Amino acid sequence: MGKIIQFLATDLVKNKTIIFYLLFLWVTGFGLISLQGQSEKILLALLNISILVVPMVCLVFSIIYFYNMYEFLLLLHAQPLARSTLLVSFYTSLSLVLTGVYLLGLGLPVYFSDAGGVGLLLLLTGSLWNLIFIGLALLMAIWASDRTKGMGFSLLIWVYFVLLFDGLVLLLMYNFNEYPIEKLVLYISFLNPLDLGRILVLMQTDAAALMGYSGAVFQKVFSETWGKGLVLVLLLLWALIPFSVSIRWFNKKDL
Amino acid sequence: MISIKQLHKRFGRQEVLKGIDLHFSAGEGLALIGPNGSGKTTLIKCLLGLNTIRQDQIQFNGQDIFGQSAYRKSIGYMPQISRFPEQMRVKELFMLMKSIRTEVSNYDTDLFEAFEIEALYPKKMGLLSGGMRQKVSAALAFLFHPDVLILDEPTAGLDPVSNEMLKEKLRKTIHQENKLVLITSHVLNDLDDIASRLVYLMEGRVLFDKQLTDLQAETSENRLNAMIATFLRKQTSHG
Repeated sequence: MGKIIQFLATDLVKNKTIIFYLLFLWVTGFGLISLQGQSEKILLALLNISILVVPMVCLVFSIIYFYNMYEFLLLLHAQPLARSTLLVSFYTSLSLVLTGVYLLGLGLPVYFSDAGGVGLLLLLTGSLWNLIFIGLALLMAIWASDRTKGMGFSLLIWVYFVLLFDGLVLLLMYNFNEYPIEKLVLYISFLNPLDLGRILVLMQTDAAALMGYSGAVFQKVFSETWGKGLVLVLLLLWALIPFSVSIRWFNKKDL
Repeated sequence: MISIKQLHKRFGRQEVLKGIDLHFSAGEGLALIGPNGSGKTTLIKCLLGLNTIRQDQIQFNGQDIFGQSAYRKSIGYMPQISRFPEQMRVKELFMLMKSIRTEVSNYDTDLFEAFEIEALYPKKMGLLSGGMRQKVSAALAFLFHPDVLILDEPTAGLDPVSNEMLKEKLRKTIHQENKLVLITSHVLNDLDDIASRLVYLMEGRVLFDKQLTDLQAETSENRLNAMIATFLRKQTSHG
């Protein structure tokens, strides 16, 4: 397994898209620093960039890579390697490289923006998003043998988590604003790893004060150590569950 | 060596294999033939675990292969169409494969040398022609001294000289090294002096399974092509 991971990771690092992604992160990150003086505003901007870019890059890149390497997968399958070994190797090397590029790409700007502990929390959350969306991409790739279908559904996942979900929550809050639904909104946010991470990071900044009553409910949970721990565990579950389902599906699939 | 019991395989609503019972043993040169869509490739994919099967359907050396992968170290496989990652160099492929199979230390380089694969080392897979990729694939299938060789349409795309080299190697593998070779091919002339047994698949069933010598006696023909044609004609005329 080590050899395969090593091979795939080297192959990925040489990929032009990956290099372009790293440059993009650096340009936006350092661009923001040169435009903004306040470290907190830089941090919030970096958070928004992560929310927009990380899921899309992870989903689209991972799924294309998986389909492109399908023949290679078949080739390796003729060797005495278990199917789960193959999939774990793919997941690990994609995670290593994409998370590595993310940490390198936003880690330097975060370091220079003097964001401190919150900056580290952002990087941790962002890394977990990487793991989550690579897992979801593999799940889609295994579920759909048809490339167009796999790609379409992975884009749908992106649109859902980035746009649709927030819209639905807003609709809910708007229609039921006479009821005490703050707790409910908190639980609903567990259903979207992006929201979960976003609230976690936001609550550590002064922007939390702008969030009204539901902000106060969130503050109570997300600023305590156990609350932060809970969110990180939930994010880890978001990464583990889709990936373990994809292993199960892959074991039953006709290649 | 390999025994298949009541192998059924369906893809969605279509049943491709409708109960196959076969037993293969070492030293056999087995030709798996049949019209397009008769289930040859599906059968091979089941043997390799590429298509999922149920428990107790296929045994390899007495062991059920369901959910197993270790048995594949004794199988060399050459697929019908060899596709490799485009950016991968030939050298990288061989290095990677050798590093995966650390338990094997002496390699079977007969075909590797005959096909002059080393000269292709710096080339990228995407730039190789179909025939060259087949050569790489063939050399790779033999590399680790497997006990069983499974070749799916091996001669398609190979030039006549390479074709002869491959056939020579196959003859040696069957007769001198006493290994099991399983070939599917439409070019029956290529199988003439390799095959010792014929399995004819038709719509997911075994239509006949005969030793070549028996078939020869029954049809009094010499060439494989003619033998099968005569045999099939007989079968259909008997109803």
